[in-house]
Amino acid sequence: MPHLTINGHAQQVDVDPDTPLLWVLRDTLGLTGTRYGCGIAQCGACTVHINGVATRSCSVPVSAVEGSAITTIEGLSPNGDLHPVQRAWIAHDVPQCGYCQSGMIMAVAALLKEKPQPTDADVDAAITNICRCGTYARIRAAIHTAATA
Amino acid sequence: MTHMPQLSRRSFVASVAALGGGLALGFHLPTGAGPARAAAGAAEVNAWVVVQPDDAVVIRVARSEMGQGITTALPMLVAEELECDWNKVRAEFPTADENLRRHRAWGDMSTGGSRSVRGSQEYLRKAGAAAREMLVVAAAQRWNVPAAECLAAKSIITHKPSGRTLRFGEVAEAAAKLPPPAEPKLKDPKDWTLVGTPQKRLDAMDKVTGKPIFGIDVRVPNMLYAAIVQSPVFGGTPKSYDEAKIHGLKGIRQVVPLANAVAVVADSWWQAKQAVDALPVTWDEGQNGKVSSADIAELLRGGLTTSEAAVVRKEGDVEATLATAAKHIEAEYAAPYLAHATMEPMNCTAHVTPDRVEVWAPTQSGEGSLAAAAAAAEVPPEKVVMHKTMLGGGFGRRGAVQDFVHQAVLIAKAVGQPVKLLWTREEDTRHDFYRPAAMVKFTAGLDASGVPIAWRVRVTSPSIFAALFPQRLVNGVDKFAANGFTDEMAYEVPNVEISYAMRTTHVPVGFWRSVNHSQNGFFRECFVDEMAHAAGQDPYQFRRKLLSKDATRLAVLDAAAKTAGWDKPLPQGVSRGIALVEAYGSLCAQVVEASVGDKGQIKVRRVVAALDTGHVVNPAILQSQVESGIVYGLTAALYGAITIDNGRVSQGNFDDYQMLRMAEMPTIETALVPRGGFWGGGGEVAVPPLAPALCNAIFAATGKRIRSLPLKDQDLSRV
Repeated sequence: MPHLTINGHAQQVDVDPDTPLLWVLRDTLGLTGTRYGCGIAQCGACTVHINGVATRSCSVPVSAVEGSAITTIEGLSPNGDLHPVQRAWIAHDVPQCGYCQSGMIMAVAALLKEKPQPTDADVDAAITNICRCGTYARIRAAIHTAATA
Repeated sequence: MTHMPQLSRRSFVASVAALGGGLALGFHLPTGAGPARAAAGAAEVNAWVVVQPDDAVVIRVARSEMGQGITTALPMLVAEELECDWNKVRAEFPTADENLRRHRAWGDMSTGGSRSVRGSQEYLRKAGAAAREMLVVAAAQRWNVPAAECLAAKSIITHKPSGRTLRFGEVAEAAAKLPPPAEPKLKDPKDWTLVGTPQKRLDAMDKVTGKPIFGIDVRVPNMLYAAIVQSPVFGGTPKSYDEAKIHGLKGIRQVVPLANAVAVVADSWWQAKQAVDALPVTWDEGQNGKVSSADIAELLRGGLTTSEAAVVRKEGDVEATLATAAKHIEAEYAAPYLAHATMEPMNCTAHVTPDRVEVWAPTQSGEGSLAAAAAAAEVPPEKVVMHKTMLGGGFGRRGAVQDFVHQAVLIAKAVGQPVKLLWTREEDTRHDFYRPAAMVKFTAGLDASGVPIAWRVRVTSPSIFAALFPQRLVNGVDKFAANGFTDEMAYEVPNVEISYAMRTTHVPVGFWRSVNHSQNGFFRECFVDEMAHAAGQDPYQFRRKLLSKDATRLAVLDAAAKTAGWDKPLPQGVSRGIALVEAYGSLCAQVVEASVGDKGQIKVRRVVAALDTGHVVNPAILQSQVESGIVYGLTAALYGAITIDNGRVSQGNFDDYQMLRMAEMPTIETALVPRGGFWGGGGEVAVPPLAPALCNAIFAATGKRIRSLPLKDQDLSRV
């Protein structure tokens, strides 16, 4: 029975150790803000932080993250305020359907932690998530806003 | 008595309780957290407007939210006339079953065809105006003064002579008991203060915190999960499956065979998926197990030359005029099948009991979902409770065909417990209702000065209407297949002949964002470029001449050219293309700037769009829709192709059905040039101009004419 630390809370889950983290988050723990898009680490809708690193949870077996600190969109801003990336997202009215945005925001939050002032090239290289509504232009603008926040 | 909001029911309360309040189908503004639903006891002034005692205004949204922003735009139309404080507004979605019970109080709930604003603006504005008049009358009665002496603004009613005021929340209950005015008076558009302003989206806060409940996120008590494998060849059926092979796998509850699929139900979706993957199924593939894209292309090519075609439009004498033309040009174009690829794969949750059927679905047609659920469960529609969730994209996939609802209800009925059916991405890509593949053959004649004098167009493709709504064909002809060649093609050419040859394949077809405009806009606007080139003229000026009497089109075309700086020099290696499309009552012109590297690599640098939708409700959201349409069109132009091999779709996931990403994103500049006076659609018209404007830019860069998409399959290398 894997032991997990999710959004600061220790959890024990009764699942097969090969189960991808995504489905443990969504179906076992009810953290549905992390979403399924492809199952092959292509789209990034399932991005969470594992020890601060943006990771596509559809392709990580839950057994591989025992003992790691896992953060989901629900835990991005534990004090109840919005994270600077979320604030920038609202300022630029980024979301359309919103389905991919949890993953986008988690990917960007991790990027800004590593590179607080990313260039456009840094953004292009790091943010490879797919958004079918085509919010990329606003995402780029919001990243630069969040970087100066 | 108080008019109670008709939306709370035991079933819904139970669901919310089970979710710990997480099923937030309503929204709230960042500034004012509130209950997800209109509080019980709040006054329903009319079907669209509920005013709570604390002045919070709940505006009902009947259409589906799939990203296009109607959760904000439609309430703005109501609020404009209601004269409420916009900061106190939130939106909620009535259910399709409530609509049925209340004799369609919310009208048509289906969401497509860029209809949400233009198809409901009049009754929404009237609903707001009627509610305002009732609130004013209620206040006037309280004061015992004539209503004409009272004025509503920002959720406050003022008695002008005395300066007394009442809040909406104080008179809402009394207002709700008043008879609705027969003819509520609407504002003159010049007096609008909210409509036409760039308000923030009401759903943004939830969407940046992961809170919205999409269909995939629904959780109900005792819910099981289903994964599905559908016949790889369209039209095939399962012949047999070897259940013994999945015996002993953990969590498996039941295997449910369906007409064209086999589903496995388990305690978790991952368990169900593993089992479906491990379950050997043999299929009866029917007649189509050997069909390939080459066969389909051959079939369509026959449609280009057959004499049996429906004449869609005919003016003058093309044949005779062609004989006199100084110059002839001919070209054939082709466009492939495309999948919608919504980010949220198809899914639906259903619970079937002897008394009723309860369904949760991300749907563009709540009423269509309800009908599909009733049909699948073989119960009257009154027995169905239908919850519409947020949609992780729609683009036409979740409207006309409710296959995911039908399946979920059948599975849930077989299991006798709530079941969430979720397709894998691969199932989603391989079992879509695709944008039809299409071909066009053009023949045109120019006179000695380069003016087109005759233009013949033969369109051939499968027909969406023949497949889905045969009753809507006119004399067996699908006029929609010629979208963009009918009166939407306004270029002044005296002799025109447009015909359509329907060609049917086994590949299911459906409505894909902008429908036949997406193929036909590409074909037409590239061929206009060919004519301009043959005439030795600048493609923008050539279009201007053909539209010389059409001020509205010229205005949009000119706005795009001017914003792009059409007459200004470009950086070394960068070229421009232009295109103009009318669709869904709106006009959109685009200028694309692109370069092509020595190895054929295409870089789209900048896209400029000009748009005239008549009135604009929310320019910020409309601009987002333009950006969205451009990305949708660019993705398809660069990468989009569903191909058929052995009767089945070759692509499965985002590794072989590629999507545009951040690094390929051009800058986008949008010039909104609304001329007012009419209501055009905003969700689709920006899709079709992108491909032709890009291909015309590529021609300007390379001299190579692109007549077939996607561009990834074209060799543009110079070495």
